[in-house]
Amino acid sequence: MEPSLARYIWKHTKKQQIWILLIVLLSMIPYFLSFDLPKLIVNGPIQGRGFEQPGATHPFMRLHYDLPFIGEVQFFSGFQLDRTATLFALSVVFLLLVIINGLFKLYINTYKGRLGERMLRRIRFDLVDRVLRFPPVYFKRVKSAEVATMVKDEVEPLGGFIGDAFLQPVLLGGQALTAMLFIMVQNFWLGMIAVVIVLIQIVLIPRMRRRLIVLGRERQLTARALSGRVGEIVDGIGAVHVHDTSNYERADIAARLGLIFKIRFDLYQWKFMVKFLNNILAQLTPFLFYMIGGYLVIQGRLDVGQLVAVISAYKDLPGPMKELIDWDQARQDVQVKYQQVVEQFTVEGLIAPRIGALAIDDPAPMTQPLSAISLSIADDGGAMLLNRISLQVKPGETVALVSTATGGAEALAEAFARLNWPASGRVASGADDLHELPEAVTGRRMSYASSDVFLFQASLRDNLLYGLKHAPLTPVTYDGVAAAQRRWNINEALRSGNSDLDINSDWINYASVGATGPSDLFEAVRRVLDAVVLSRDILDLGLRSSADLTRHTELARRIIELRATLRTRLEHEGLSGLVVPFEPGAYNKEATIGQNLLFGAAAGPELADRALAANPYFASVLRQAGLDRTLYEMGMEIAEQAIELFADLPPDHQFFQQLAFMSAEEIPAYETLLQRLKNRPYEAVAENDRAMIVTLSFAYIEPRHRFGLLSDELMSKIVAARNRFYENLPPELQNAVERYDPAKYIAAATVMDNVLFGRVGNNHPDAPDRIRSIVYDILDELGLYAEVLDVGLDFNVGSGGRRLTSGQRQKLDVARALLKRPDFLILNRPLSALDQRMQEKVLRNVLEEARRDGHSPAIIWVVTNPSMGMMFDRVIVFDSGQLVEDGTHETLLAGNGILKELLS
Amino acid sequence: MLLKDEVGMLQRVPLFSGIEPTKLKLLAFTSDRVSYSAGQILFRQGDEGDAAYVILSGRADILVDSDSGPIKVAELAPNSIVGEIAILCNSSRTATVRAASQLEALRIRKDHFLRLMREFPEMTIEMVRVLADRLNHTTADLIDARSGK
Repeated sequence: MEPSLARYIWKHTKKQQIWILLIVLLSMIPYFLSFDLPKLIVNGPIQGRGFEQPGATHPFMRLHYDLPFIGEVQFFSGFQLDRTATLFALSVVFLLLVIINGLFKLYINTYKGRLGERMLRRIRFDLVDRVLRFPPVYFKRVKSAEVATMVKDEVEPLGGFIGDAFLQPVLLGGQALTAMLFIMVQNFWLGMIAVVIVLIQIVLIPRMRRRLIVLGRERQLTARALSGRVGEIVDGIGAVHVHDTSNYERADIAARLGLIFKIRFDLYQWKFMVKFLNNILAQLTPFLFYMIGGYLVIQGRLDVGQLVAVISAYKDLPGPMKELIDWDQARQDVQVKYQQVVEQFTVEGLIAPRIGALAIDDPAPMTQPLSAISLSIADDGGAMLLNRISLQVKPGETVALVSTATGGAEALAEAFARLNWPASGRVASGADDLHELPEAVTGRRMSYASSDVFLFQASLRDNLLYGLKHAPLTPVTYDGVAAAQRRWNINEALRSGNSDLDINSDWINYASVGATGPSDLFEAVRRVLDAVVLSRDILDLGLRSSADLTRHTELARRIIELRATLRTRLEHEGLSGLVVPFEPGAYNKEATIGQNLLFGAAAGPELADRALAANPYFASVLRQAGLDRTLYEMGMEIAEQAIELFADLPPDHQFFQQLAFMSAEEIPAYETLLQRLKNRPYEAVAENDRAMIVTLSFAYIEPRHRFGLLSDELMSKIVAARNRFYENLPPELQNAVERYDPAKYIAAATVMDNVLFGRVGNNHPDAPDRIRSIVYDILDELGLYAEVLDVGLDFNVGSGGRRLTSGQRQKLDVARALLKRPDFLILNRPLSALDQRMQEKVLRNVLEEARRDGHSPAIIWVVTNPSMGMMFDRVIVFDSGQLVEDGTHETLLAGNGILKELLS
Repeated sequence: MLLKDEVGMLQRVPLFSGIEPTKLKLLAFTSDRVSYSAGQILFRQGDEGDAAYVILSGRADILVDSDSGPIKVAELAPNSIVGEIAILCNSSRTATVRAASQLEALRIRKDHFLRLMREFPEMTIEMVRVLADRLNHTTADLIDARSGK
């Protein structure tokens, strides 16, 4: 990137800068005309000059010019207007000029703003583009939050400056020069005084600003380091809590903030100091005019008129000078910021653009062997991880890399994945240096997974398919407004030097998976998930989440069948007591009173949880059903019992997990409420308090809480209230609840709840596990397994995939590598978070899956346990950065070498 | 059976007899009420011990694995507690418990049980007393067995 901001701006906005300058110059014409006009109006029609005779007229809009050599030329003789008409005409012209000036200003400001925003967009894109091309080693030294803050915050002020970058100095300089010239014309020596003071300003102020620049740079660096540290705290929050170092972090942050404060305060002090001096210097000039000029007048060497003219001319000088100096300050400020950022983004060994160039068509398979030729790899400290290794892996070969603790097999795997660059020697595919191949080849024909997994904050599906999104493969057709928007997007992207590839296109490369489109992609996905033994986990996620019915229509369509099959199965196994189904006309004892009343899933906030009792319509239904007083008394009873049981316990006591009615924090509030309401007749209790108490009864489940509060009469009343609730449901609540209907899928509930359509009995401790395994069976039986798995794939993995366990993350990474069916599959201790038995199981599955349908990719696997080597064609053993053994598992075992030692 | 009945039952369990009723009520409330039909297993020998059970009604057999299949070594009557040893010793279950009839029990989770012991020394002392008593019996049985030989 250009080291100088001015040059960077000029290079990309040359034409626009000149255009806007021309427009500004053009705008000067009406601007100055509007200066002259008030004088004309006052002197002419208002004071009556030239209209001394009654009925006198004046030409209006007469166009005549004195041209050199030609003499006077009249283009238009004008309209003859009397005094009042002239006043109106001139006033209208004044109004017109005001509008024209306003429009010019609007156009100029919009143009400048757009210019700045485009430039900002360009800089940001350039920066991120560079991040995408940094050599891997750079990322070991830089904190992600710092890079983010550079791209986002540090270049931000540039946008505001770019529109004025060239315009302002030209304009203001011109104004200042004109004023100066005017003074000189009035009186040369007084003019010289002004010149000297301006020169002092020009020399002195920038000098003083040097310190401002230094401080500004420090401010930027410290602020950047701060955001790096904040990012680190967020990423390493676990370590902070585990080691009780939160106060150390507080101290560190406080120290940094202190430093930033000091720098910023210094900066302010200097800034205002400079301003003060600047003002003094500006005021010094009139002082000198008055004193010296006055003295000269007294001496009679200068006439008063000249002095007054000079002083009044000087009024026009400080304004532009001040703005010019401000502009210069802004320039230096953004220049420093820009330089700081560019320095950080100027890196040796940037990956050439052609390596990452877009390639729509898939490259030909890699049929050449992959080799390391006299390859050495050093770590950041200069220690050799691999020392002059040469080896070759043929296509189709499966190789286990076994390594002692300092072996260096991981470094070799990273070198093949181009994540670790050779210190000397090279990695090659056939005769080509691997580093010269475009990523379109290495990223599609090779794949890599390691123990260090990175997942994006997106759904499981997006993460799994991430490895297939190389290029926009389908053209998207837009109509109407969307088409116009897309055209605008492309246009603007190109103007700012951005990429105009369409993010809405289908980027998934189905062909590489062996699929033809979205419809049969899922088969391949399921196979790789099965191979890495992740399907069950995802199925569980699917059962626990609510399905998006626009995507998973099959589930909703077959829900009746599903529920019926579950019932039959439970009866068949004599387990029907495990689940108590929801029946529209019956009370479900295993569900809460609230669930029995609402008999549906709340789909909005109006009827969810605590809002239910307070909802006016719901309260009125309870009243009509004669339940309001009963439930209130029940709530009082529950409150008493709960407080009796729990009031003495400390709020963090684990028993509170058992208390479904209220949280530990609410106990004191309920205690005072109870005291207040006790012995008060129901009628005298305020609505709010009633709701607070009634809410408690909604969480009550008789078999679980066993307070003995539920009678047959109450149950039938509740069922009656339920029906009444739905009979007159007001329109604004129609979408707030989905009624339980045995024949309907409930979108607001989880898949599991939909399948069960009832509550699991509270007094069977192993019921949830047994039911889950039965549900798995049924899903398989009905062919809905894939559908629920697909629901599970909607699960958002969280920031960095942290909502998954590390084992799940690693499995997902292997699945992702496997999915694109590469020619070379490189796996670098990919499953280290799993136990040995599971690792071996996945290894076997992966070897089999990779070779399905006659594929025979080469597999290079850095194994965590040497015994895994027996499943590979060839075993290569590394020790101290050297290749020490190479052969089949049997021959190496027979040879009494390191492998045998490692295995024993 | 309601919470207050359970408290009454718990009071009859020697281990809990010294604890005031409100605490027993808390124990009962925070425990799970579980029911088994005849033949169902409460826990198996070798499983990890995660809870103790107080039998509220019904009967259960204590079975120990042997080479010739499971041998019934004792029977549990209502008001008895079972499974507390695995919790205290952090060991796996030393026997299998199987419901011999329709069985109702309170399942006290391990962490709740330990917390109660920490908070109510009278319960812990009672616990020690019961264990010492059992040891006494076992010792006496052992002496009988040896002298009989």
